[in-house]
Amino acid sequence: MRTIKADEIHDAVTELVLTAARYLPEDVKQAFADAREAEDSDSAREILGQLLENADLAAETGLPLCQDTGVGVFFVEMGDEVHVEGNLTEILNTAMKEGYDKGLLRKSLCHPLTRQNTGDNSPAVVHVDIVPGDKLKIKHMAKGGGSENMSRCTMLTPAQGWQGIKDFVVRRMAEAGPNPCPPTIVGVGIGGTFDVAPSLAKKALFRPLSESNPDPEIAAMEEELLAEINKLGIGPMGLGGKTTSLAVKIEMRPCHIASLPLAVNVQCHSSRIKEVVL
Amino acid sequence: MATYELTSPLRDDDLVKLKAGDVVKLTGTIYTARDAAHKRLCDMLDKGEELPFELEGAVIYYVGPSPAPEGRPIGSAGPTTSYRMDAYAPRLHSLGVKATIGKGKRNAEVCKAMQDHTGVYFGATGGAGALLSQCIDDAEVIAFEELGPEAIRKLTVTNFPLLVVNDSHGNEQYAKPNYDL
Repeated sequence: MRTIKADEIHDAVTELVLTAARYLPEDVKQAFADAREAEDSDSAREILGQLLENADLAAETGLPLCQDTGVGVFFVEMGDEVHVEGNLTEILNTAMKEGYDKGLLRKSLCHPLTRQNTGDNSPAVVHVDIVPGDKLKIKHMAKGGGSENMSRCTMLTPAQGWQGIKDFVVRRMAEAGPNPCPPTIVGVGIGGTFDVAPSLAKKALFRPLSESNPDPEIAAMEEELLAEINKLGIGPMGLGGKTTSLAVKIEMRPCHIASLPLAVNVQCHSSRIKEVVL
Repeated sequence: MATYELTSPLRDDDLVKLKAGDVVKLTGTIYTARDAAHKRLCDMLDKGEELPFELEGAVIYYVGPSPAPEGRPIGSAGPTTSYRMDAYAPRLHSLGVKATIGKGKRNAEVCKAMQDHTGVYFGATGGAGALLSQCIDDAEVIAFEELGPEAIRKLTVTNFPLLVVNDSHGNEQYAKPNYDL
């Protein structure tokens, strides 16, 4: 067994939270630049230019990319030979709170009914998978509310199949229109149970933009969906254009013979994702 | 598409000439309010209480900024999605609010209220909060401080970049998706 100290995890996670809020991943910036080249519409090019300028300004000034610094989401892959000194969920929460304080990030969590702010952005959302090995991989996403609100899940019938999945996803993105801050990244979870499909959809959003699903058949499905969504013509910030989404990422797993669970998790263009391996 | 420089508070004369797709650089005073603040404002109206700012000619910005760093009036300050305020906007337009700033679509009731009361809906670029904050010169919490990011702030802005998404004549600038909804 390899023991990882609580302090080491704490410091790494605080840094993750800070950097995710300020530095847009390079592949996302490149995708903005490529889309700006490809767009014919002035408004689309103007918006994409502003997003690039915003990313540079955030990196220079330390201001968060977006005022909605989101819910702190963590997907942890914990090696089965790793022993964490302390309670991992508590460590993640404490480190996240410190990151939000230090980085002057907005505290965006509240009681669902009284709407009383929790005051420290807690609690974090934590998913843990046990994997082989002696490493601890922590992936962090600062997930904004605007795009999360445009996400949906449903239970299709097996008869609806791939056509039903395509119809649901494309319709969802057409209905969402300008609301989730396009160009979006679309996470699609297929299979599992009612609770698992949305987790798969969120997990899919962690994959780098250029990385397709390793299964060639699923990768082809991602391409097909992306093409269909971009035919909608919604464009950057909904003002029209070729770039409604930058990528579609699908995660799939077996489900009950009676079911076809489906979830669409929408990510805005400000895809704030960072990971660390300890 | 024309570009206009306007100063708030706004008057009907400023707004009737605006068409969906026009660019506006706004200078002057605007007020921040989002979900919780709107609920409180409307509760105050129900009770006949005086509101913390003058509605006549007002511009409301749907934003919950991030905390201000030292030496700056405000942190990142881009728009939040507007449809959540659709429940309140027609009433506020009927009481004199001239414009709202946000992102995303408005419902039919809000669009009708803007036609009935000469109002407009401006879009600001979502997710460009660091950039937009550079046009904000001053920020002061004037109500509901306990709401934190949702408190009402009086902002002083210079050349704040806006797009007319819905004008007072019933036009909208958002692309209609190629999909039969």
